[in-house]
Amino acid sequence: MNPELQGREFPATEPYLVGREKIREFASAVFSTSAINFEPSAAIAAGYPDVVAPPTFAVVVQERTLAQLLAAPDAGIDFSRVVHGDQRFSYSRPIVAGDELTARLTVSSVKTLGPHSMVTAESAITDMAGAHVVTAISTLVVRGDE
Amino acid sequence: MAPSVADLTVGAVVAEATYLLTRDSLVRYAGASGDFNPIHYRDAFALGVGLDGVIAHGMLTMGVAVQPVVEWLGPQGIVVDYQSKFTRPVLVDAEVGATIAVVAKVGAVDDEGARIDLTVTFNEATVLGKAQVRVALAAA
Repeated sequence: MNPELQGREFPATEPYLVGREKIREFASAVFSTSAINFEPSAAIAAGYPDVVAPPTFAVVVQERTLAQLLAAPDAGIDFSRVVHGDQRFSYSRPIVAGDELTARLTVSSVKTLGPHSMVTAESAITDMAGAHVVTAISTLVVRGDE
Repeated sequence: MAPSVADLTVGAVVAEATYLLTRDSLVRYAGASGDFNPIHYRDAFALGVGLDGVIAHGMLTMGVAVQPVVEWLGPQGIVVDYQSKFTRPVLVDAEVGATIAVVAKVGAVDDEGARIDLTVTFNEATVLGKAQVRVALAAA
């Protein structure tokens, strides 16, 4: 992996419009039973404008930034050797249906550990008002030859 | 009624649950998340890259593991931070699937909320490391 990736900022992704059915589909896939993920009336009763996304939903938006990183011609990342090492989401507020979100990835560190390398990428996700919604942080491990 | 900080004791179990992940679950998550890496649905491909078989998406395990906490929090509860390391793969057998078990305990409490620590196991081995959920709670 290219060590000069460290500190690189990628351009903001195109706006992602969070759909109610997409939230329901994702919520079903993670075995949610929470009514605020499915029913607008339950979400409104809890003080939200529409259905609320589960805590890990931000990965759907983050994924678009990781695709930018993996596709960078000088990154030298072989996708078939990538393993997800760790993941974090730090929220300013929950994602709700109707949000339009953009994400901007910064490579916070590149490390080498024996034959393997590790890249930590922070994707700051903001709404159309420019307010921070969530930062999604992934460490990807690229396995080298054993 | 949402839990409040005053109700919590460090070390207390607040929620636990088991979930059966099947190949159907993996396909459903692949579609919902957009992660179509074939190691999550094609045996020959998974074996070809050195795995013991098809494995669950780490993000599926992470997404499912927080659900007992979400249920315990109720509709007013808010997860403000959630992190995990992926320490072991969850092999999902084509016939019987894979059952994961989640135990959620209070790790720390302060004025604004609590840190809930998750223990997530498959075949009695932990599959997530340092799985911590920071939740916002009412003070009383």
